[in-house]
Amino acid sequence: MAEPLVKKDDDRDDEGYSPFLGIEKGAVLQEARVFNDPQLDARRCSQVITKLLYLLNQGETFTKVEATEVFFATTKLFQSKDTGLRRMVYLMIKELSPSSDEVIMVTSSLMKDINSKNDMYRANAIRVLCRIIDGTLLAQTERYLTQAIVDKNPGVASAALVSGIHLLQTNPGIVKRWTKEVQEAVQSRAALVQFHALALNHQMQQNNRLAVNKLVTSLTKGSLRSPLAQCLLIRYTSQVIRESSMNTQTGERPFFDFLEACLRHKAEMVILEAARAITELSGVTSQELTPAIMVLQLFLSSSKPVLRFAAVRTINKVAMTHPLAVTNCNIDMESLISDQNRSIATLAITTLLKTGNESSVDRLMKQITNFMSDIADEFKIVVVEAIRSLCLKFPLKYRSLMNFLSNILREEGGFQYKKAIVDSIVILIRDIPEAKESGLFHLCEFIEDCEFTYLSTQILHFLGNEGPKTSDPGKYIRYIYNRVILENATVRASAVSTLVKFGAWIDSLKPRIFVLLRRCLYDSDDEVRDRATLYLNMLGGDGLVGETNQDVREVLFGSLDVPLVNLETSLRNHEASEEFFDISTVPKEVKSQPHAEKKAPGKKPTGLGAPATGPASAVDAYQKLLLSIPKFAGFGKLFKSSEPVELTEPETEYAVNVVKHIYDGHVVFQYNCTNTIPEQLLENVTVFVDASEAEEFSEVASQPRRTLPYDLPGQSFVAFEKPEGVPAVGKFSNLLKFIVKEVDLATWEADEGVEDEYQLEDLEVVAADYMLKVGVSNFKNAWDNIGADCERVDEYGLGVRESLAEAVSAVINILGMQACEGTDVVPSNARSHTCLLSGVFIGNVKVLARISFGIDGPKQVAMKLAVRSEDQSISDTIHEIVANG
Amino acid sequence: MESYPTVKSILLLDSEGKRVAVKYYTDDWPTLSAKLALEKSVFTKTQKTNARNEVEIVMFDGYIVVYKFIQDLHFFVVGGDDENGLILAAVLQGFFDAVGLLLRNNVDKKTALENLDLILSCLDEIVDGGIILETEGSVIAGKVATNGLDSTISQALATAREHLARSLLK
Repeated sequence: MAEPLVKKDDDRDDEGYSPFLGIEKGAVLQEARVFNDPQLDARRCSQVITKLLYLLNQGETFTKVEATEVFFATTKLFQSKDTGLRRMVYLMIKELSPSSDEVIMVTSSLMKDINSKNDMYRANAIRVLCRIIDGTLLAQTERYLTQAIVDKNPGVASAALVSGIHLLQTNPGIVKRWTKEVQEAVQSRAALVQFHALALNHQMQQNNRLAVNKLVTSLTKGSLRSPLAQCLLIRYTSQVIRESSMNTQTGERPFFDFLEACLRHKAEMVILEAARAITELSGVTSQELTPAIMVLQLFLSSSKPVLRFAAVRTINKVAMTHPLAVTNCNIDMESLISDQNRSIATLAITTLLKTGNESSVDRLMKQITNFMSDIADEFKIVVVEAIRSLCLKFPLKYRSLMNFLSNILREEGGFQYKKAIVDSIVILIRDIPEAKESGLFHLCEFIEDCEFTYLSTQILHFLGNEGPKTSDPGKYIRYIYNRVILENATVRASAVSTLVKFGAWIDSLKPRIFVLLRRCLYDSDDEVRDRATLYLNMLGGDGLVGETNQDVREVLFGSLDVPLVNLETSLRNHEASEEFFDISTVPKEVKSQPHAEKKAPGKKPTGLGAPATGPASAVDAYQKLLLSIPKFAGFGKLFKSSEPVELTEPETEYAVNVVKHIYDGHVVFQYNCTNTIPEQLLENVTVFVDASEAEEFSEVASQPRRTLPYDLPGQSFVAFEKPEGVPAVGKFSNLLKFIVKEVDLATWEADEGVEDEYQLEDLEVVAADYMLKVGVSNFKNAWDNIGADCERVDEYGLGVRESLAEAVSAVINILGMQACEGTDVVPSNARSHTCLLSGVFIGNVKVLARISFGIDGPKQVAMKLAVRSEDQSISDTIHEIVANG
Repeated sequence: MESYPTVKSILLLDSEGKRVAVKYYTDDWPTLSAKLALEKSVFTKTQKTNARNEVEIVMFDGYIVVYKFIQDLHFFVVGGDDENGLILAAVLQGFFDAVGLLLRNNVDKKTALENLDLILSCLDEIVDGGIILETEGSVIAGKVATNGLDSTISQALATAREHLARSLLK
């Protein structure tokens, strides 16, 4: 390199030394002027190019002007005969990706190199040229490229073939003319040439099934030279098998012999490729799986981590669909739990958790306990999640699994890990009633020594809701009060709230709770004191008559029915002196936040994060809101309120979404409108609904919004009558009508206003709107209890679907039912899947559905739907929904 | 699965996770910050493992990473999580062996940077736009060092070829 630079740190001596220390773009660009010297110093030029490449590699970028300058200077270097320098020139040109008018500058030099005698020049020049070339130039150089494909030098041939694969994307017309040469190259004696030729050949023909079939048929008979080419052939063979499976439903699977023979290949990569191909065959039989699993089992005990990983990963996937086929590997798997490589160990454990039966759970837990202490948190979380699903699968084993969770809860770990454990315990408490007492007890023990304020407060909240309903609530008091003595202010405040919940629920505990609360009146933190004072008053602990029990419980256990953001806005706008703040004036709708919500579709919060009474409380809030409108009061009990459906694009002038409220004989649309223009005030906001495409509905009432100031959501309602108890469907078009007034932002005065309207998107009422998502904890029991009296079973073809998972989620969405036991998740590569759904249909009829899906080669999905309910007509209706969906 | 084995990235980092030479072949990491974030997580996730004898492997964020360390250099090859890990390992081993031959077994950061031209050429001869060009270390090194070699590299290459030939004959 140019000159040794002064070392900045003498102590570190050689360690910190880099030939590029202190390198600076401007200076190197200056240095690049040597490219223009009449007498080229090849060595010096090489060094400068290396520096430029170093800068680019470190993430430095050149401006357009700089890049052009460097490019032109670099083209001068073709004059030099130095091969080392020429190689650097090739690299530099590729990095600069010149524009088409610049490319012309080097085309002739590169063509000269392509026709030179030096094979290194030829191979590299082909790759450089093809990287920067456009269609017209390609047509001109085509002749040389086709010659290169069949060149006797493997490097040159490979360069042309690989370039062909890239060019096929941009200039398919030209490359497809090279078929003859490419097919000749497939027969090459050079291993890599064969590989590249095969890849290009397949890319050229991939939409021509017959040609691919022919290629596979001829090649599977011979033997390819390179393992890489063999891997390609295996991939193509799987493709042919996938596509032909519908033609030969019966009898031998074509080419299976070839795949099986590849399991005995000498190269491990080929064996793995073949084993994976076999395990991923659609509708693979256990007989077909056996030889593949056998070779994978051998890999499990290999000394190479890469092999062990590949094997355990493939087996893990098989375990999802064919757990019995891989049980033979369980012993090898168990030894992998202690594998140095944690990816391997984690895959081994999760496989075992999938294949394990009820009797092996205890032994497995013992082994995992040893394993847990020395893996990273992210892997521990995977294990905790696997254990949670195992526990839901074998509820009888909750004791040992709960013990395991409480043990690891006591050990060291970061927040995410602890949260995963706590979430799991909460879910177990919710889904397995027997686990409740021990689960709550473990959580109590945990908060005795919990360093995470968030977890402590969440657990205290959960304890307050669940604890009073247990057989001996008194025993939790000590744990909770200890928090008041020992923790920070946030946790103390939560503990106070939790104590009160026990007091409100259980009269016998009241006097003791009062004693504790009075002590809290002397707390150093005002929030804690405030809470204690408030609650003492409410419960009548200060000797006065407290509120009635009902009101107290409402405050303590009911959820706030207005969004906090809206409450905050309203409080800010409220002028304290004039009148009391009335919470009923606070808007109840959540401002539409499509971006934030859509980020994690389907990822509903579970465990502590999710409010335990989530859906119910939303319905309660809506129910209250609707009851406050006299026009709608006679509609009876609200059956279901849908999720808000956006009727406008994000960031338009007016943001509108709609909530569909379903009653037995009515439907109410609640249009939540937000005006996003500061200079406007909207008045008399109504929605004009055209129900001509919804024959069974007739409009009966509407409730306009009187005013809609900037950024404060308001709602307008329209009610329809529909036949009682019937899941009527239809399409509604919506037009927002209002009077718009211009507001002077300085004086807040509005002008007269003009009438205006705004087209909204259409809205549909679908069958799923009449279905409440209500889960059951034990589907099998519920299924058996409801009995087969009103069962109806039918089969449906769903046609071509992108994937099984897509088909499953589409059906769940059409029905609007709750997936039970995690059956909405379809393992990737699964060829069949059973989905368990439950829900309550309009008229409060419980409905259960068991759906078996199957997918065959060309993505044809079929399903068998079994519906059980208490009413035959409802079972039939569900089938109609599916048949019409 | 891709219809042909695809390498998404090859990384050569130092013992602090800094770049020595990197190559990206796909748009999975479109910006510099995305690339650096990948390098950081690849480095931290593998840092504490012992990858000095055998090629090691880790899977995260939908990628498979195979890696091997020597002195203060960390070699990585990144592929999609559906890719055949053994093919990626073959690419890694080829890169590793070729660098060993080209640097005459003085494989450390200092020597690598002093011979960055060789390292970059080496990367160029292994993968082209994600497609594997060659996985045999001695062939890669041979292509890089076609000319202007001093006798020791030629010697090393000859030995390597002979060694390869012998192993094939076995």
